Amino acid sequence: MQEIKLSIPAEDENTLRSLRAGDKVLLSGVVYTARDAAHKRLINALDRRDELPVNLKNQFIYYVGPAPAKPGRECGSAGPTTSGRVDDYTPKLLDLGLKGMIGKGFRNKAVVESMKKNGAVYFAAVGGAAALIARSIKKAEVVCYDDLGTEAIHKFTIENFPAIVAIDSMGNNLYESEPPKYVVND
Amino acid sequence: MREIQASTITETVKDLFLSANYYIGSDICNGLKCALEKETSLIGQSVLEQIIENNVIAADDKVPICQDTGMAVIFVEVGQDVHIVGNFEDAMNEGVRQAYLEGYMRKSVVEDPLFNRVNTKDNTPAIIHTKIIPGDKISILVMPKGFGSENMSAVRMLKPSQGVEGVMDFVLETVKIAGPNPCPPIVVGIGIGGTLEKACLLAKKATARNIDIHNTAPEYAELESKLLTKINKLGIGPGGMGGNTTALAVNIECYPTHIAGLPVAVNICCHAARHASAVL
Repeated sequence: MQEIKLSIPAEDENTLRSLRAGDKVLLSGVVYTARDAAHKRLINALDRRDELPVNLKNQFIYYVGPAPAKPGRECGSAGPTTSGRVDDYTPKLLDLGLKGMIGKGFRNKAVVESMKKNGAVYFAAVGGAAALIARSIKKAEVVCYDDLGTEAIHKFTIENFPAIVAIDSMGNNLYESEPPKYVVND
Repeated sequence: MREIQASTITETVKDLFLSANYYIGSDICNGLKCALEKETSLIGQSVLEQIIENNVIAADDKVPICQDTGMAVIFVEVGQDVHIVGNFEDAMNEGVRQAYLEGYMRKSVVEDPLFNRVNTKDNTPAIIHTKIIPGDKISILVMPKGFGSENMSAVRMLKPSQGVEGVMDFVLETVKIAGPNPCPPIVVGIGIGGTLEKACLLAKKATARNIDIHNTAPEYAELESKLLTKINKLGIGPGGMGGNTTALAVNIECYPTHIAGLPVAVNICCHAARHASAVL
């Protein structure tokens, strides 16, 4: 399968809009990590009308809680976690300009609708391919919420991070379109 | 009476958790390779290729296969002729602590599930299941359990009249709902019988059985094969992005149950199905 090389955050919005569910991509650039606990804090901060510790406009979030790095390494194993657990928080972040999410598994209807409205894309990384993915993470630094440990928001500089477009900005959804093709009825 | 030092238990538990998190079992390794040969989806093939490559990298670099190095589950069988010198459970938790702190593994346990979700910072406490058996040995089976798959597991109390069909429907429904979330291709552990908690324990232990070994009872072995075929016809595929490899194996364990009941537990494990064991 042909792989599309993509720089993130994307300079031109049309680059993201032109991606289609099923496209294989290699992502290079900057992503922020966030899991359940960090999302909860971001949303609480928004509700209090506080300034967020990270500006998410045009940015990408990777749903991951990395393992600790071995000495001499930038990052420990770091595969995707289940995205659906942050679905309740996601539309608010998309409205702030979040353009990309990397994770694994289903998203709910509200997330997909908000992605269509905001021109955002959801990428799936391979769950469990954490040691392989770690090799594409060239730099890892904690940005905020340090006390959350693995759940702190990290800034990752990535190079050729392998992912697949799971849901594109039109709402085409690989998790819905592909499996039925392989169903065998007895 | 044979004496075993608590420190020996600690060292063993530590080594087993490191090994389970870094090295994939040879049965799973072969299972993944066979799946790749049979997989018809291009995306599915690419997912399987990444998983296989990942397992090689983890072993070479001695790093965790998955960043979710799991909650530490331990099944331990203690021979009744063994005297343990020191505190038995503390020794096992110490092994977990050392493995996770020294082995660059993620600490994923929170102190309280509901009101105080603060990380315990050493991945303890472990979930310890102890059984007293005849003899003078201690068998330890460790299973680091990730929650991507644990969250998609389920238990249901069926009516006896629902029988084999009822069991199959429940298993297929559970796998279908799980979809991409538990990191397919999965290993499906099924516990049938006992009580509510017994069925869950059977299911958990079933996920640690090598995938090329069937249940010794022919009718259960046949049910395992039948369910595996049916699961792989669901189309979920590797990573849940379509294909004919949704599960690598279905392992069933069973136990006598009450005249009024048919408990069934389905414990889903990701494609790593991590476990390691030793006998002291």
